[in-house]
Amino acid sequence: MTDHLPVLLVVVPLVAAPIAALLNHPRLSWAVAVAATLWTLYAGLELLSQTMASGVIHYELGGWAAPYGIEYVVDPLNAWVVVIVTLIGALIAPYARVSVEREITEDRIPLFYAAFILCLTGLLGIAVTGDVFNVFVFLEISSLSAYALIALGSDRRALTASFQYLIMGSVGATFIVIGIGLMYVMTGTLNMADLADRLPEVASSRTIPVAFTFLTVGITLKLALFPLHLWLPNAYTYAPSAVTAFIASTATKVAVYLLLRFFFTIFGATFSFDVMQLDRILMPLALIAIVAMSLVAIYQENVKRLLAYSSVAQIGYMVLGISFASVLGLTAGILHLFNHALMKGALFMSMGCVMYRVGSVRLERMNGLGRAMPWTMAAFVVGGLSLIGVPLTVGFVSKWYLVQAALEQGMWPVAGVVLLGSLLALMYVWKVVEVAYFREADPELGISEAPLSLLAPTWLLVLGNLYFGINASDSVGVATRAAEMLLGVLS
Amino acid sequence: MDDRVILRVGAKILIPFILVFALYVQFHGDYGPGGGFQAGVIFAAGFVLYALIYGLENVKKVLPPQAVYICSALGVLLYAGVGYVTMALGGNFLDYGVLAHDPEHGQHYGILLVELGVLITVFGVMVAVFYAFAGRRRADT
Repeated sequence: MTDHLPVLLVVVPLVAAPIAALLNHPRLSWAVAVAATLWTLYAGLELLSQTMASGVIHYELGGWAAPYGIEYVVDPLNAWVVVIVTLIGALIAPYARVSVEREITEDRIPLFYAAFILCLTGLLGIAVTGDVFNVFVFLEISSLSAYALIALGSDRRALTASFQYLIMGSVGATFIVIGIGLMYVMTGTLNMADLADRLPEVASSRTIPVAFTFLTVGITLKLALFPLHLWLPNAYTYAPSAVTAFIASTATKVAVYLLLRFFFTIFGATFSFDVMQLDRILMPLALIAIVAMSLVAIYQENVKRLLAYSSVAQIGYMVLGISFASVLGLTAGILHLFNHALMKGALFMSMGCVMYRVGSVRLERMNGLGRAMPWTMAAFVVGGLSLIGVPLTVGFVSKWYLVQAALEQGMWPVAGVVLLGSLLALMYVWKVVEVAYFREADPELGISEAPLSLLAPTWLLVLGNLYFGINASDSVGVATRAAEMLLGVLS
Repeated sequence: MDDRVILRVGAKILIPFILVFALYVQFHGDYGPGGGFQAGVIFAAGFVLYALIYGLENVKKVLPPQAVYICSALGVLLYAGVGYVTMALGGNFLDYGVLAHDPEHGQHYGILLVELGVLITVFGVMVAVFYAFAGRRRADT
């Protein structure tokens, strides 16, 4: 069975989704979702350890050899992304039961789980496939199910948020498929490795730079790089809590992975950064994202929206790391994929607890919550410290590598902006802390602590923030391997 | 609609042919143009035509929404199920060659079954979309 792991990682949830829909029972469908996410977590961890031990894993679908057939390719980079997605999925699924019962009408709960598992399937498919058209298909699976998940939010504005995301996401997907089509016209192949071989011959034509441009815009729209982030704040704010926590920690990460895959594996660092000079556009946009979006976050009154803007800023850090195009920079970017999933997952899950008890995540409703819900708000504080980048949390490790990468290339001002970003993060996290801990609660509300089934997954992620902040050798090790592989540097 | 004899009789004549044509597109798909997606859309079109002429209530007697819901999930299960069977028989996922003694026959059966899965899901989803739009009342917001 281990030979089939790459495909089973994707097709087990693919089967679980229709089963969850057919069972059509809130609890049973939930149980299927939990089982499917646990399976993917096991498969993801197994794949990561296999590829770290013995190199790249290939799997030919239907027995057709690449480049004619579709193949799944697992290397340290995408195994890492798979582990991020499956880890968050396996924590969100148990968390979702109570949270979803509160926020979604009962007849829609089975379909919620079906869409949730399908979204997971799509994200995992994007990560493991070695075929660019397959990437597009899975991108559509994950995006369409994500639109449905967001539209399930209890606030009616969730519908417009979802529609806005649908339009923007479809534009992004169309751009990606145009880019893929242009590459196919010039090379006659869709296999990633084969494309990487054949593209240099035709790279001097006009078509390939155009394809490159379409792909860049399409993918940066999907990953919500400033200024293409406009769909994100509303989608994260009005989606059900469990969906926000899941999508915020996985969907944009997978899009960043696509960026890495296209720029480094397919087009190659030389073409992307020397010929197309991608760093000249990515770095300024990343820096603007860090500063401007952190500033916008400070002025938000809805904590989910505040965290959403903070996410756009954090995506800036990942893209900044990529724009250095050095081993250290890429390590920082890839590391931050994981670290940001840990911190944003924990933060959005703690907001899900608040939503469950208070029914709102607006600041004015959170007076004195630090005493009423001590564990929930403590989780928020640790997640917030991680977001700021305080030592002993994962945020510190990311920023440490990012600053090092900037200094390595003598870019002092860039390192300064990274630190400024931390300062701004301190301001918006403090804003919530002040309301929750230093204001008097209204004793008549009688708000109590969130149930254990919400707190346990939240705190597992919080502990992850601390563990990987103190003992970062595993995560840094994988990120360095992936970065070296992308740049073709042999260790 | 009672007075529109031409529409009613015309639809009655056309619908069986539409359904048979869908099956032709499905089962001839590996020799000519076609396949599960197109077949599913055409099959659904037969029911949509019936609904347009005879009304939504009548078509829901023939094809209850619950059946449509089950169809949309069942097709995916059939598709992936073929993949699981090929894995159990020692091939890779969707390697139809192992489905029969002669790999050529195996490929033939495999693609037909997989495309049948596509047909069922596409048919289910198409009708579900139609039901959702057609069944929407103005006040129901």
